[in-house]
Amino acid sequence: MIELEHVSKRYGETEVVSDVTLTVPPRSIAAIVGTSGSGKTTLLRMINRLVEPSAGTIKLDGVDHRSVPPHELRRRIGYVIQGHGLFPHRTVAQNIATVPALLGWPRAKTKARVDELLTLFQLDPAEFAARYPHELSGGQQQRVGVARALAAGPNLLLMDEPFGALDPIIRAKAQADLLSLQARLGTTIILVTHDIEEAVLLGHRIAVMDAGRVLQYAPPSEILARPATPFVEALVGTGERPFKLLSLKPVAEAVEQGIVEGEPIAASATQRDALAALLWSGRPALPVQSAEGVIIGKVTVAGLSKRAARPE
Amino acid sequence: MATPDRPRPSFDKLGLVIGIVAAAAAGAPFATFRANRIVPGEGRAIWEALPAGWATALLLVVAGAALVAMLRSPAPARLAAALAALATLALLIGTAAHHLTPPDNAYARVAPASGFWLLGFAFALLAADALTRLQLSATARIAALAAVAAAIWLLLALGAWDGLSLLKEYANRADRFWAEGARHLALALGSLAAAIVAGIPLGILCHRVSGLRDAVLNLLNMIQTIPSIALFGLLIAPLGWIAANLPGASVIGIRGIGAAPAALALFLYSLLPMVANTVVGLAQVPAAANDAARGMGMTARQRLTRIELPLALPVILAGIRIVLVQNIGLATIAALIGGGGFGVFVFQGLGQTAMDLVLLGAVPTVALAFAAAILLDAAVELTAAPGSRV
Ligand SMILES: Nc1ncnc2c1ncn2[C@@H]1O[C@H](COP(=O)(O)OP(=O)(O)OP(=O)(O)O)[C@@H](O)[C@H]1O
Ligand SMILES: [Mg+2]
Repeated sequence: MIELEHVSKRYGETEVVSDVTLTVPPRSIAAIVGTSGSGKTTLLRMINRLVEPSAGTIKLDGVDHRSVPPHELRRRIGYVIQGHGLFPHRTVAQNIATVPALLGWPRAKTKARVDELLTLFQLDPAEFAARYPHELSGGQQQRVGVARALAAGPNLLLMDEPFGALDPIIRAKAQADLLSLQARLGTTIILVTHDIEEAVLLGHRIAVMDAGRVLQYAPPSEILARPATPFVEALVGTGERPFKLLSLKPVAEAVEQGIVEGEPIAASATQRDALAALLWSGRPALPVQSAEGVIIGKVTVAGLSKRAARPE
Repeated sequence: MATPDRPRPSFDKLGLVIGIVAAAAAGAPFATFRANRIVPGEGRAIWEALPAGWATALLLVVAGAALVAMLRSPAPARLAAALAALATLALLIGTAAHHLTPPDNAYARVAPASGFWLLGFAFALLAADALTRLQLSATARIAALAAVAAAIWLLLALGAWDGLSLLKEYANRADRFWAEGARHLALALGSLAAAIVAGIPLGILCHRVSGLRDAVLNLLNMIQTIPSIALFGLLIAPLGWIAANLPGASVIGIRGIGAAPAALALFLYSLLPMVANTVVGLAQVPAAANDAARGMGMTARQRLTRIELPLALPVILAGIRIVLVQNIGLATIAALIGGGGFGVFVFQGLGQTAMDLVLLGAVPTVALAFAAAILLDAAVELTAAPGSRV
């Protein structure tokens, strides 16, 4: 659990982070979203003390993070910087082994861990371990950056725009991988992004920042349904709002009784995808198929449009 | 609109220059004969300086190599032609010395003359050009240097050049030659070592403390602009004072003249390239790599030794290369204030108008500087971070 209490950062006269209080529950993902210069990176870097707060306290699992020397604190917290920041003179394996080496792990344990992480990120150790960062594609570099941050098994991972440099298809894949990884490892993740779509997709909770302040900190459905300020509303984008709301829930939650004709939709697809399929096929309803391949009912345009309406 | 393919001229521009130089040089004096070491010499053309058979052979090799140079021939062929011409020249200048020196005459002197030097220059140019076109790897360049050094050593060991005036000068003072050579290297390498030991930490400090950087670099820049003779002069007074007033100073060799001010001056000249290259090398370390290192939990010292210095190493080595080549040349001047080194022969020779003696000091100096440049260039290339290599 991460608790920020009245945290501020001042550079000279200007306050770039103002009085931020928020709690990130364990094993969850918090997305920090906001425009450029709103203080997202600064807020993130205060957690591992790359930036020292001017005021306020930060507690990790109930302990003030200033109780250990900064370099020891940072070895316990995974950190993925924008544009990967891999060491150009070190191989992929050496890059991933950075924190284990700092912690003095035995060679065999480090090697096993590096191979395990490479495999986890779908990079064949035999092929990639000895490569240098410039011999990787952008998407591969990004995965190695995340693998490096996870090497010593931190239970907190800080990510600063980790997918910013990726093309849309690779980015979608990386986002899906991160979600399944987080579900598997239970790592608490704080992720900075300026893309509200990404925040809605990945965040269990979203903190919207503007000019150093956190305007709203709430689950995505709440942010979409009840934006706290006009700024949050503008960021969410009123035109897209119903579709984003639908994208949060699976079709399984919108299944109605009945049998209809047509190409079935998977129960695990998002309601947004279902609506798109309905509109595209020109039918008022389509069958829904469970993961086992059984038709479990139908999904209708009318049903979905009710769900896309502003919640009471 | 596309221009139609025009047939390219079938001759090589550089080769044409080499051909013209070689043609002119073939008629120029190949060797100089002098009755003794200080009288003016008389030039002897190739067919006068060599037995007829050898003269014909040399002319044929030169003509053949020049032809290869002038045509658009592949780089390996150009290199082979250049090396064949250079090897023939090197062998036959020794033959010319034996041919021209009357039997049992210890005073007569035979030296290479303008024709030899021009031919040597033309084909060295051809060899250098061919090597550049071949784009040899760092290790291949070191191997080539070693091969050339071995060939020269072999010619010397076999006595092929013993009849030349340069080697007669050497034979008269062989012990002195090696002693001054050792002194020369000690001056150049000692001041380099001191500059590395002082310059790299100073560079690191300048990198960390931005206010210090400009002040230090400006001061070192200023020192660099003082002419070497003037710097020696400036150092004589304070060092003389230290020698006279500090007990024990003169015992360890500190004096106003001699090796101490020479080494100190070389050290001062070396500091700027060392400090400046360290600062530049550290400054070009990618900010993201530094940031990641901090974020991973490296201490300042770990970051310096594991990330910053390894990434700055090629630039720092380039600084060491500049300093070493510069010091090997500058150490010649040390002889002016009694510091020793190959400069001793250069200045003695100038005083006696004995060009052979000047060359006895100058040739090894140039060879050393040349070898140092090749070795360190190769080292820079070998240590370049794999990430920055393409
Ligand atoms: N070391 C510093 N000294 C002075 N001002 C700084 C410093 N670091 C950041 N700032 C300022 O703080 C503000 C917030 O910066 P920050 O990097 O946190 O923004 P951000 O939300 O991450 O922006 P982006 O999306 O562009 O990365 C900016 O106005 C920036 O200029
Ligand atoms: Mg940022």
